[in-house]
Amino acid sequence: MSAAGDVAGDGQDRETPAGDVAPSGTAPERRSGGEVVLELRHAVKSFGAVRALVDGSVELRAGEVHALIGENGAGKSTLVKILAGVYQPDSGTLLVGGQPVTLHGPAAAKAAGIAVIYQEPTLFPDLTVAENMFIGRQPLRAGRRIDRREMREEAAKIFKRLGVPLDPARIARGLSIADQQVVEIGKALSLDARVIVMDEPTAALSAAEVDRLFDVVRTLRADGAAVLFISHRLEEVFAICQRATVMRDGKHVLTDDLAGLTAADLVRAMVGRELAARPSEAGAGTPGEAVLTVDRLTSEGVFTDISFTVRSGEVVALAGLVGSGRSEIARAIFGIDRYDAGAVTVRGQDLRRASPTAAMAAGIGFVPEDRRQQGLVMDMSVQQNVALASLGRLAKGGLIRSSAERALASDWAVRLKIKYGRLTDPVAMLSGGNQQKVVLAKWLGRGPAVLIVDEPTRGIDVGTKAEVHHLLAELARGGVGILMISSELPEVLGVSDRILVMREGRVVAEFSHAQASEEAIMSAAMGQHEQAAS
Amino acid sequence: MSDIAGRLRGAVRWETGLAVVVLLIVIVGSAASPDFLTGNNLFNLGLSNGEIAIMTLPMTLIIISGEIDLSVASILGLASALLGYLWSKGWPMPGIFVTVAAAGLAAGAVNGLLVTRLRLPSLAVTIGTLALYRGIATILLGPNTVSSFPTAYTNLGINAVPFTGNDITYSTAIFLVLALIFGVVLHATPAGRSIYAMGASAEAAQFAGIRVKRVKTILFMVSGLICSLAGVLYTFRLDTAVQNNGLGLELDVVAIVLLAGVSIFGGKGSIAGVVLAVLAFAGIQNALLLTNFNQEATGIVTGVLLLASVFVPNAARWLRYWARLLRRPQKA
Amino acid sequence: MSAATLHDPADKVAGGVRASTLAERVFRIRESGIIVVLAVFVLVTTLVQPRFLSLANIQFILVDTTVFALLALGETMVVVTRNVDLSIGSVLGLSAYLSANLFTVSPGIPIPVVFLAGLGIGLACGLVNGILVAGGRVPSLVVTLATLYIIRGIDILIVGGKEVVAASLPSAFLQIPKSTVFGIPDIAIVVAVVIGVGAYYMRTFRSGRDLYAIGSNPEAARLAGIPVGRRVFTAFCVSGAIAGVAGVLWAAQYGTINSGAGTGYELQVVSAVVVGGVAIFGGSGTVVGAALGALLLSTISSALYVLGISPFWDQAIWGFLLIVAIALDQTITERLTSALRSRRTRHE
Repeated sequence: MSAAGDVAGDGQDRETPAGDVAPSGTAPERRSGGEVVLELRHAVKSFGAVRALVDGSVELRAGEVHALIGENGAGKSTLVKILAGVYQPDSGTLLVGGQPVTLHGPAAAKAAGIAVIYQEPTLFPDLTVAENMFIGRQPLRAGRRIDRREMREEAAKIFKRLGVPLDPARIARGLSIADQQVVEIGKALSLDARVIVMDEPTAALSAAEVDRLFDVVRTLRADGAAVLFISHRLEEVFAICQRATVMRDGKHVLTDDLAGLTAADLVRAMVGRELAARPSEAGAGTPGEAVLTVDRLTSEGVFTDISFTVRSGEVVALAGLVGSGRSEIARAIFGIDRYDAGAVTVRGQDLRRASPTAAMAAGIGFVPEDRRQQGLVMDMSVQQNVALASLGRLAKGGLIRSSAERALASDWAVRLKIKYGRLTDPVAMLSGGNQQKVVLAKWLGRGPAVLIVDEPTRGIDVGTKAEVHHLLAELARGGVGILMISSELPEVLGVSDRILVMREGRVVAEFSHAQASEEAIMSAAMGQHEQAAS
Repeated sequence: MSDIAGRLRGAVRWETGLAVVVLLIVIVGSAASPDFLTGNNLFNLGLSNGEIAIMTLPMTLIIISGEIDLSVASILGLASALLGYLWSKGWPMPGIFVTVAAAGLAAGAVNGLLVTRLRLPSLAVTIGTLALYRGIATILLGPNTVSSFPTAYTNLGINAVPFTGNDITYSTAIFLVLALIFGVVLHATPAGRSIYAMGASAEAAQFAGIRVKRVKTILFMVSGLICSLAGVLYTFRLDTAVQNNGLGLELDVVAIVLLAGVSIFGGKGSIAGVVLAVLAFAGIQNALLLTNFNQEATGIVTGVLLLASVFVPNAARWLRYWARLLRRPQKA
Repeated sequence: MSAATLHDPADKVAGGVRASTLAERVFRIRESGIIVVLAVFVLVTTLVQPRFLSLANIQFILVDTTVFALLALGETMVVVTRNVDLSIGSVLGLSAYLSANLFTVSPGIPIPVVFLAGLGIGLACGLVNGILVAGGRVPSLVVTLATLYIIRGIDILIVGGKEVVAASLPSAFLQIPKSTVFGIPDIAIVVAVVIGVGAYYMRTFRSGRDLYAIGSNPEAARLAGIPVGRRVFTAFCVSGAIAGVAGVLWAAQYGTINSGAGTGYELQVVSAVVVGGVAIFGGSGTVVGAALGALLLSTISSALYVLGISPFWDQAIWGFLLIVAIALDQTITERLTSALRSRRTRHE
């Protein structure tokens, strides 16, 4: 039972935040002694063909810190967005303070006493910390004028309660992520939130900042709030949480007191699945010469001393938790970001200039993580997107040959089995899976020697996932060297010949296809079998 | 075949509307005055709008790429002032042309560097260069006016192109040639495609290997060059180089480009639309002139069309938004 | 920050506080920065030509600033919300003519009524802008460019080739810019008070702070429940109304009004506002800063004139200053945001 006491028992009536109306959902009264504050039962949520949540359930008690664990794609962020009022579940019940509620939007969630702190908080950079906390409901004095002193003092009081001496009068711009989170937590407190959801709060924090955050969380707990703590870091989960809920493939798997669990239990619950579901495409190609060599690549504060080789016909996976630096390495290799030390060699040639043009000329293709912002120009057509990286090659006498462009697009559409209406339809009309195929087509159209894919099947339906895996294997068979960044363990295990595990900016483990297992990778990614730390 | 139909259906909605507007103007204009559709009138149109028309072309590319250049009229003025200044110092005209062209390129390069290297918002920074370049023009000429340029050159401003009948001014001819070139570049070359891409999504363009900064800088430089050409034509047409040549024209240029259906946010638009918009803009002015209506009030028609250019394409989405808003129960 | 600093939580937070004082200082510098530049101009000019600080000249500068300072006030409110109002020049022109014409149309009309009429005309224009931008959710640059044309067109239609001449205006009206109290021009005081009120409103009332929130992070503002549409609509109404009043003031100063009054003012006002520290993308800057920007504009003009430097350096200097101001603001912003964002330090 969580040791929540009543809060300092100030016995204050919780006032509805000034000016707000709570049309749907009642904010729960402050409860003590671990009473159930929020319950989500069997929530289901689909986006088109993608079933993000199949059975989302969680139960939160006052005065407890409750962990929500699961791999990427397990449905955690969908669940959080349902609690935040951003999504409405297709079915299932949400009970707040014992009463069923429907949250039509974020305002309703706030009125119901639910606050969500995202990994990247969005504050108003030009306003002060205190104003960020109280925007729209600043305390007033005579004549409806804002009482700045009162606002500052209220903010200072909250920060004192949290044990963090932030200056309420400073501008929010330039605050570290850690400080921004504290401001958001302070805002939640000022709104008398009884449920505080923290979505991977420690992903961007240093050790010292994590310690400070934990002190804050303990204070919240002592206050009687319920904290839903989403994290991959098992050592942190055991340090701060009382109970844990594990999700897998969109379903609730287990909820239990952490006192009776080990890290291994959690990992097993997270990854255990029927073997049949795992793709088995590994080993398709015959590894040949090295096509990509990375030597002691370092970017201050992001990744350190990264060295590995990808050979032609080989699929090398970079596994690890979000924030371990994998995407940053890919971007550095491709020339989008600069790096501080180290070297990149492609097919024997040094890649000196950090620019996408140079990388492309050397034979690298890059399918980025963010399909909509980085991989595709959403306003352009399918055809135009496929052609975007090959414009020079499609041109004769300086002019793009539209027949060649059309041929390129339709060829690849057939080969990749892309489902579309017309080649001239805006790519935004396609499903996620087909959009991803368009991105692949764009790069494959160049015949790269090295293909870097970052989360190749994120947000894609099962059928298309399999097609993409098969495609990657085909490419390997054809001699392409593939560097695959993935957070989906079945994918990592099923497609790659070698697996490098990263943690906090370093390569901490390497497995061959035969040696690897989900538990082994997860443990290494979470630092359970950590060798040297830094 | 269906591919082309789809492309046509999708791409030319606003341009079709604009073509209808131009047609209407022609009908109304010729009904109101028998002089409207004459070659002579076309000539006059070319005279009064030629330079503005020329400046709309590079502006179109800049806006599609996601930026804006409000210094265009000042570069025109700077070119004019430089032309007058050097002429008054006895420089030979060919040398002056080269210098003026170089000045235009330099002015554009400064704009480009400020926007791409210093990452300054182009809306604000080109207001600054608008003042700066106009200021330099003013420093060069002071209160003076330089005129009496040799007729060989002033003819470029006021005469018709030989062998084309008496109807086409040099500025019109240059506009048409440039429109063709810019049209081909924008719609059929890799560079043009990359301009659309960076306007629609600068990040995705970068990830596809497009050199966004380089292209934008080149666009600003081209704009500078073209505007200095416009400045030369302007000066010869009026046979006057004075510091306030072209004052305020930038808004007309932007208005025409927006009228053409080019989105202020970037990523959308066509040269065909710009040509139609130039015709509409000039035609309205002209129709009102010929019908003895106060031609200055063309502003009203321009403004209304400008509003239409943002409201009409959105109309469907807009109506749906309001319908949804009205249907939803009120919440705090 | 070094790893050592990060190990000690107290130190890290202390670092946070230290950074905040720096940020505060840097941002307060903006307004004081303009004052410094102003002071430098004034000082240098006076040293060379003491006539610059003569009472008559100071009065001249102050009066010269009033119209632009008013316009800057309205424009600031709009720009802070991440919008722009390009129609103010046209509104000023229309209001100047129509209100001054009232003296001919109904002789003996009380002057305050004329000011009210100007305000009304401006408000009507602002209302149209507000409805189109806030209701239509279309870019304000396009809308106010369109209304710039439409309102100027209406103005030209009404005015035709006529003009209002000073002779037709009552001397009491023309006296307004000239009357002083203790040597300070009346209207300068009034405008300063209005600016003060505007500044106070932007700082002390919730709806004023909402404007900053909207410009700083429009999505977050919506999520926070701020009535974005209503606020933006009001901002445009106020901007229009102020431009209307400025028109009447303009008429009193210049006496002769034709259809060209106010042409080109919009870009000058936007530049004054940006020099004054208002970010073109909204969210920051003050009305006082914007007014100081307008004052700086007038001061530079006058200084050049008094120094016998060709006034033709005016524009060039102003353009250069504007570019420097924008670059400075951008560097400061980038310095502040990048210092702590890229850091995902995992020092253990």
